[in-house]
Amino acid sequence: MVKKGTWVLVKKVVLLPEERPLTLPKDTLKTPLLMWIKGHLLEDASLGNQVQIKTLTGRLEQGELIEVQPTYRHDFGDFVPELQIIDNLVKAELFGGETSE
Amino acid sequence: MSNTTNYQELLSRKNEIMKKSVGVDYSQFELSPIAFDYEKMMKQTGYSLSEMREIQLNHGVGKTPLKELKNITALARKVSKPGYGARIFIKDEALNDSGSFKARRASIACYHAKKLGYRGVIAATSGNYGAAVASQAAKYGLKCIIVQECYDSFGVGQPEIVEKARACESYGAEVIQLSVGPELFYVFLKLLEDTGYFNASLYTSFGVSGIETLGVELIEDCLRITGKVPDTVVITNAGGGNLTGTARGILQATNFPVQIVGASVNLKGLHMASDGDFNRKSFTTGHTGFGIPFITYPDRSDVPRSGARPLRYIDRYVTVNQGEVFFMTETLSVLEGIERGPAGNTSLAAAFSLAQEMKDDQIIIVQETEYTGAGKHHQSQLSFARKNGIDIFFGNPEEEIPGKNIILPRSLDCIKARDLNLMEIKESYLNNALKNVTQVHEIDLQYLSNEINEPIDYIVNYLQGKKIKMEAKNGNQIHKVG
Repeated sequence: MVKKGTWVLVKKVVLLPEERPLTLPKDTLKTPLLMWIKGHLLEDASLGNQVQIKTLTGRLEQGELIEVQPTYRHDFGDFVPELQIIDNLVKAELFGGETSE
Repeated sequence: MSNTTNYQELLSRKNEIMKKSVGVDYSQFELSPIAFDYEKMMKQTGYSLSEMREIQLNHGVGKTPLKELKNITALARKVSKPGYGARIFIKDEALNDSGSFKARRASIACYHAKKLGYRGVIAATSGNYGAAVASQAAKYGLKCIIVQECYDSFGVGQPEIVEKARACESYGAEVIQLSVGPELFYVFLKLLEDTGYFNASLYTSFGVSGIETLGVELIEDCLRITGKVPDTVVITNAGGGNLTGTARGILQATNFPVQIVGASVNLKGLHMASDGDFNRKSFTTGHTGFGIPFITYPDRSDVPRSGARPLRYIDRYVTVNQGEVFFMTETLSVLEGIERGPAGNTSLAAAFSLAQEMKDDQIIIVQETEYTGAGKHHQSQLSFARKNGIDIFFGNPEEEIPGKNIILPRSLDCIKARDLNLMEIKESYLNNALKNVTQVHEIDLQYLSNEINEPIDYIVNYLQGKKIKMEAKNGNQIHKVG
């Protein structure tokens, strides 16, 4: 159970594939136009329910409750060894010799 | 009513909604079905340079340092002919509040929205502009909604755009995220109508003229540091506002000719409205996917007449490849100790190559940087690309195929700014401007000449080639002179 007032993320379909302009690329045309919005839950609900939320600017939106207290999980990615190779290349070019000491 | 009906009905009221949401009646600038009075629009709805400088300085924007990149200059000289390799400077725009030059645009838009009494602002942007509007709106106590194209249909977000959403929310904005598709504009229009907020478009005169201060500053900075005006300024080009505003500022600051070079990341072959291509590109802005459509048809923007008209000012348009920009981003970090975001370094990658064509006493300025961090960082982007099946390897970037691979330059001499054919681009502009037109008037000739910065004779030749009639004010046919 997710309590009324909780900060949540909802997802909704804005346009179904058949409602989208035919000028779109084929791959996009097969998909619905989706929207993700965050806000405070207006009634107690469970994940997967259709719910109503109040957004930061005070707008009311409806959608499927997909996340509770959503946060940010983007990061700096996996290690990319090529970046060290670039470092060595430009340092050697400019300053010469062994640069790893 | 079905969504489709709603969609069509709303789009049909586009001009009315826009008029209300930017507080400007664009019909007052129209001169003919083709021409409009660009300077009148920029003047009447804009602010004077001194007003804009004051507004910006009072709100954490402007007076960013111009820094000489001595080590990168020395590096370029390693691969230049003797006596060549211009001094490379960078305007560190990442130091504006919100981390990019976009704060200059947002500051004027938000100031104006507040002055007109709007309760809030809305911007449709997946880029730094969102954070800029959110940051400036926070200062004025304006509510703020940012609409982003962020995820593919599987819900996988481009890390850079996910980071932009975080930044917007950190400044208190509401962020609405969408999957791929141009119908974002429909959502945007609906929000404008429902909320009555100000459309903080990138393309109004406020959005474009706010950058003029950057052009003025870089001339003043350069004169102060070197005693000379720069020979060349390289500007990352997407929607065209950055180039237009900077060039207009430069023209106000000096009578000396300064070469204006636009630079975009080459994303040839990737479709901007394709769900499948969306996460196969490592640059979400500063690329040809925006650069080419907007330069050849500026009024495709979200206002009836765009303030961003780069063909009026551009002298040369070059592209660089994704691998080259990532390479220069890493180089800026390890050779100059300046860690910045990749998209802002598009013009740096171009400048590294262009400097080699210039004498060593000449000056080339890269006019922006942007902040970096989780998601935006070049390691995030390279790692994300690799996870999406993009091959990353060292080789000749000339052979890079956007969406398939990212080729990091195997040596300095293969970093190249590649020229686009500007005359072809100008012709393409004319094709768009004169689509289905069978007759033009005298006023259109001057307008088109200004639009692409070519003499009237060039326009006349083009029209004759297309068999488009030309009529003078007195009703006579115009014939080519000389």
